[in-house]
Amino acid sequence: MELILDIALLSLLLVTAVYIAWTRDLFAAVILAGIYGLLSASFFMSMGAVDVAFTEAAVGAGISPLLMLSTLAICGRAQRANPQRALLALLTVGVVGALLITATLEMPAFGSPDAPAHLHVAPRYIADSMREIGIPNVVTSVLASYRAFDTLGEVVVIFTAGLGVLSLLGLRGDVREEPIHSPMAEPSHLVLRVVGKVLIPPILLFALYVQFHGEYGPGGGFQAGVIFAVGFILYSLVFGLEAVEKIVNRALVQALAAVGVLIYGTVGLLGIVSGRNYLDYSGLAGDSVAGQHLGIIAIELGVGITVASVMMIVFFVFSAQLARGRAVPHAS
Amino acid sequence: MLLSALYNYWVVILLMMTGLYMVIAQGNLIKKVIGLNIFQTSVFIFYISVGKVAGGSAPILSQLTTVYSNPLPHVLILTAIVVGIATTALALALILRIRQAYGSVEEQDILAGDGQC
Repeated sequence: MELILDIALLSLLLVTAVYIAWTRDLFAAVILAGIYGLLSASFFMSMGAVDVAFTEAAVGAGISPLLMLSTLAICGRAQRANPQRALLALLTVGVVGALLITATLEMPAFGSPDAPAHLHVAPRYIADSMREIGIPNVVTSVLASYRAFDTLGEVVVIFTAGLGVLSLLGLRGDVREEPIHSPMAEPSHLVLRVVGKVLIPPILLFALYVQFHGEYGPGGGFQAGVIFAVGFILYSLVFGLEAVEKIVNRALVQALAAVGVLIYGTVGLLGIVSGRNYLDYSGLAGDSVAGQHLGIIAIELGVGITVASVMMIVFFVFSAQLARGRAVPHAS
Repeated sequence: MLLSALYNYWVVILLMMTGLYMVIAQGNLIKKVIGLNIFQTSVFIFYISVGKVAGGSAPILSQLTTVYSNPLPHVLILTAIVVGIATTALALALILRIRQAYGSVEEQDILAGDGQC
């Protein structure tokens, strides 16, 4: 049964990917990319990777198509055919693919418990994390404690990408004369407005649950940050950017993106102050397990704040571009 | 038997090659970014497939089971997904700036525009 599900999901993924490559309508490609995200989330779920499935569902099927649609709305949905390179590309791809498939023949069988990947650190995480960290979700233990330095790097990458988007598109957009109207914010979208209004509080509440329950079930700062941002993004899609800017101060969101990284880094420094290594939380409280709990909650909060702020910044910058693109059709 | 043992890896390679084809062959920059995303997701699927242990449950410790999937790939991929959307956003922002500068997101037009300078 598991095998049938596995084969079915992967085949659907493949069909979707090939159609995305084949179609020349970019709108269809982006919508299919959303479906692709949802399918891969289902696949991760069937592999027992619940935290990953959660993230992919929020990102791959949620925010990523939204950003691409915003880009399409500015750049147009038609793609020009480019036949002269297709043959060469097919040849390259065919050769590389054949070589890779030959390489898989020596891979350990799928799901085999004695594959090299399962023999080294993973057994230790599974056997000892309950005693050392004291939380049931091993993924959170590894993410926020054993490999916390790695995660710090990733949070900094997200922050930097947010800065990059802001410096490419955002900084000049701060001065504008007329308010921005979202194309969705028209009275005719009554159903969307009513449903959107009802949905936003549960989305934000759910994000907070995911944030603070991440130690015991699937969840954590990355997922919660994305879901929290989606609440505001939904609001701006339905009611327009200016309605969101009445509640959310743009400068505050930009500052919060940095505050999240700072919280993470400071917790690491507290580890040094308490006489241990950077990002070792054992000395933060009386006994080491309580210290680990405290440290994980603090850095997950930092992750959540940064991820949510960066996602909101990116979306707001893109929709401001969209509104300006509509006002001046050809900026060139 | 070979099919059920290696099917996941083969699909991963086919997905990866679809993404690579889009990046090489298609001139539209947005389509290239979608291709990169497909390539990226295929790597995610590869890691998660490697992390699967037959009969293992999700790596959340409980009294009911002792066999769990490998948590380490889950951690790596979870963060990679969020980093991936952040870098995709940066790529799309670059595309918008390219369109402002060249008036097009087709590679041919951009190269032609460079030739005039």
